[in-house]
Amino acid sequence: MTSPEIYSSTLPFYAVMVSLIAMPLILLSSRHVILREFWTLAASIAKFSLVFLLLPGALAGRVAGFTFWEISPGIALALKADQFGVFFALIASGLWILTSIYSIGYVRGLKEHKQTRYFASFAVCLSATIGIAFAANLLTFVFFYEILTIATYPLVIHKETKIAVSAGRKYLVYTLTAGVLLIAATAWTYRTAGTLDFRAGGLFGDASFSPAAITALFLLFLCGVGVKAAIMPLHSWLPAAMVAPTPVSALLHAVAVVKSGVFGVVRVVGFVFGPALMHQFDLNIFLATVAGATIILASLLAFRQDNLKHLLAYSTVGHLSYIVLGAALISPASLVGGLLHIANHATMKITLFFCAGAIYVRHHKEKISELDGIGRVMPWTMGAFTLAAIGLAGIPPVNGFISKWQLGLGSLQAGELLPLAVLVLSGLLNAGYFAPIIFRAFLKTPTVPYEQGEASPAMVIPLVITAVLSLLLGLDPDLFFHFHRLAVAVSGSILGGIGQ
Amino acid sequence: MMHNSPALVPLLFLGTAISLPVLAIKKTKAAYPVTIVASFGSIIISSHNIFRVLRNGPLTYHFGGWFPPIGIEYMLDPLSSFVALVVNVIAFFVLWHSRGIQEREIPGKSVPFYALALLYLCGANGIIVTGDLFNLYVFLEIFSLAGYGLIGIGEKQAPVASFRYLIMGTVGASFYLLGIGFLYIVTGSLNMADVRNILPHIHGNPAVTAALSLIFIGMGIKMAIFPLHGWLPDAYTYAPSTSSAMVAPIGTKIAAYVLIRILFFVFGVEFVSRSLPITDLIAWLSAIGILYGSVMAMAQNEMKRMLAYSSIAQIGYIGLGIGLANPLGYIGAVLHILNHAFMKGSLFLVAANLRRKTGRSDIAKLDASLRKKLPWTMAAFTVAALSMIGLPPTAGFFSKWYLALGAIDKGNWVFLAVILISSLLNAVYFFRILEKVYLIPPPQTTGEDLRPEARKGWGFLVGEETYSLMIPVVIVSFSLLLIGIGNATIVKEVIQRIIPLGM
Repeated sequence: MTSPEIYSSTLPFYAVMVSLIAMPLILLSSRHVILREFWTLAASIAKFSLVFLLLPGALAGRVAGFTFWEISPGIALALKADQFGVFFALIASGLWILTSIYSIGYVRGLKEHKQTRYFASFAVCLSATIGIAFAANLLTFVFFYEILTIATYPLVIHKETKIAVSAGRKYLVYTLTAGVLLIAATAWTYRTAGTLDFRAGGLFGDASFSPAAITALFLLFLCGVGVKAAIMPLHSWLPAAMVAPTPVSALLHAVAVVKSGVFGVVRVVGFVFGPALMHQFDLNIFLATVAGATIILASLLAFRQDNLKHLLAYSTVGHLSYIVLGAALISPASLVGGLLHIANHATMKITLFFCAGAIYVRHHKEKISELDGIGRVMPWTMGAFTLAAIGLAGIPPVNGFISKWQLGLGSLQAGELLPLAVLVLSGLLNAGYFAPIIFRAFLKTPTVPYEQGEASPAMVIPLVITAVLSLLLGLDPDLFFHFHRLAVAVSGSILGGIGQ
Repeated sequence: MMHNSPALVPLLFLGTAISLPVLAIKKTKAAYPVTIVASFGSIIISSHNIFRVLRNGPLTYHFGGWFPPIGIEYMLDPLSSFVALVVNVIAFFVLWHSRGIQEREIPGKSVPFYALALLYLCGANGIIVTGDLFNLYVFLEIFSLAGYGLIGIGEKQAPVASFRYLIMGTVGASFYLLGIGFLYIVTGSLNMADVRNILPHIHGNPAVTAALSLIFIGMGIKMAIFPLHGWLPDAYTYAPSTSSAMVAPIGTKIAAYVLIRILFFVFGVEFVSRSLPITDLIAWLSAIGILYGSVMAMAQNEMKRMLAYSSIAQIGYIGLGIGLANPLGYIGAVLHILNHAFMKGSLFLVAANLRRKTGRSDIAKLDASLRKKLPWTMAAFTVAALSMIGLPPTAGFFSKWYLALGAIDKGNWVFLAVILISSLLNAVYFFRILEKVYLIPPPQTTGEDLRPEARKGWGFLVGEETYSLMIPVVIVSFSLLLIGIGNATIVKEVIQRIIPLGM
């Protein structure tokens, strides 16, 4: 396996820092609404542009690296924009632009309090997310992972109601516990392997393990990253966190935070343990079992929800485990499918959350049972909703189909039929819980006629864009961002050249 | 004059402490500036010293020209010059902050207060710098007596708490004195380096074992290692806020330093960890102390008392690092001396501001009006609390990191678990306060005006009282971020220079 060419560049550094620099600017302009929103938008566009500049290099197999300084003797705080990192950073930063526009419409529509804190925390969250994407070693990863935990907290408790505060507590209990387990796992890895640098195919080299030790280490890692990835039974903070404002749920609890968790799972499987160790100790079977169970259980739980955002949360729990399943199967196509699902689920789920938020801002409705006939007054919103829901059920031509197809292919490559069955069943369940909403929205007549129509353009335009993006990425997964090429490259590097 | 620089700081403080009452006899207002100048001078000298030590190697100074082992030797190596700098820096910020506090809490006592504070620092610096076991005892007594005074000067219950501390502290000091007595009998020397060279030849001698045990118990009391911590909660709670902020970051750290110095640099790692399992004992007691302190802290309703119990837990971190007796544990322990000094210093200063502003520091009565009244203080509290929990990029994360690495090196999973659980317990009792300060609306009936109070100066003061009450707190707590991201430099340039032999 040839290691990719690494060249020194400050681009990853700026990509991480740009929103951190925006934070004090946002705080200082707390009395100037327009200025504050300008900083947010400027930072998000700058961030995306910086990440986008890294894309050609990543596609050519050239990796931009940046080292801050040592944070522990022998371990540097270092960034490395490898293909996987660029892949994730593109999604997070790209969707942040849309979320920023949407957020402005949302907070204005609801006249939210403490908007300064809201936008400032958001900016820090995005810095941490890009830091996670570009982390070159485990300690850097932990560093940004913990910052993300704390920066998300003010957003979860934003409403400052009793429910929000208790959701915040629950969130902290889960994520901080995960954080310390991850630190333990990192320290243990360092003492065993002597290095923490992520390496495609595993960083342990020829370190020897007893089966009990490696299983324990794997469990520590899995709990550490699994909380944010909402793997059952570590998921219950996520539905509780839905008390946060909808843009937060949309970007953080469907893209940035939870995807940092699954990103961590893939990093741990592909870049810390590596396929050889996973197979040797049957860790992949364990992981696949947990993921499969999560997919089915979460989909079943989604049926029981009447609150739209809670339904979406359970749906997210299920879909995150698609990605985990892809990582666990460790076959060329399953990895490609899992990675693509990071992008595809992001565009689809953010659309759905945007729709839920638009409905809430305009009609103050959160329950599915109250949505009779809403499609007639919000045709754009509910049209986008339908498109995304079709995609999540894995029906072509929306992008959810592509990742699911690859995952199914991957499970056959791995010689397993059970994962395929899980995927098919989950597709049916997805269709099952989304169909009634669409049916209700378009075909039922409203009991009380609606007084309002669509939400403001600042909200509707982003959600239409994400829906169209889902469709376009379903027609051509290499469109604009070359997600497919990146995913194939990552999968190939993890499997050491035996990939496609 | 540079050859005597190890002795300069203790002498500077001693001289100022003695002349302060004379200088301030007419003008009591002079006490504060004189103290600040002396304290600032100590920072300059200590930073000068540490740079010289790091560049040229250890500095020694022989008092009166008498060479050891007969004369008293002062010695600055990377460890002692580092601890000295930490102590003097944190003391400077506490003293800078003290004016607004002492004129409110102990009116009319400023001269004795500052004289005691200077004596206290004289003792602390003397203990750090001396290379002589008996001279260390002398400074220990100066240090402790000044400390009892600083605590006893406080509110109604303070004299009782101070008396209790005095009894236990004196017992501790006596144990220490007995211990060096035993050592002197068998080695004939009181010079640390000399004793270190003689000890390997007489390791089997029961007197050495007795000496080690006595010194450990004596210093254990001063350091408040569980279960020898009984004096600490009352003393920290009832002392004037400035005294708490002075004693909490410095007092127990000095004892920890002495323990490190004597265990590893006089008795030697080999002896204390293998011949006698004393480091194992320290590690286990510390581990229990960490959990005990954290659980008790969660149960407290008064902020200073909570911080006091939290100190017992944090001392446990240092004790655990010492007890691991491996390089990473040692790095963790020494780094935590710095980290905890800054964390506790800033937290006690926050408590001081809180008391000054609202007259109380009961946790139950905290509410969101504080974030308007004391925005900077509360921001400082948040940073310090995140550091206590151990979240990056704050300093506390790295203490946890090195101690975790040390525990894994030792192969002891219980210690690893204790370190990690303690960080979660910290999260519980700090987020309990953060939640109140940022989220719980104040009771409606008070009718208080919650808008920021009239702005003074450039407007950064917002609701804070004066700059001297705000700036030190903010500097100390925000420097936790700097210490965190720069910790590798400190570890590599200072702490790793002097890893005890045999680890």
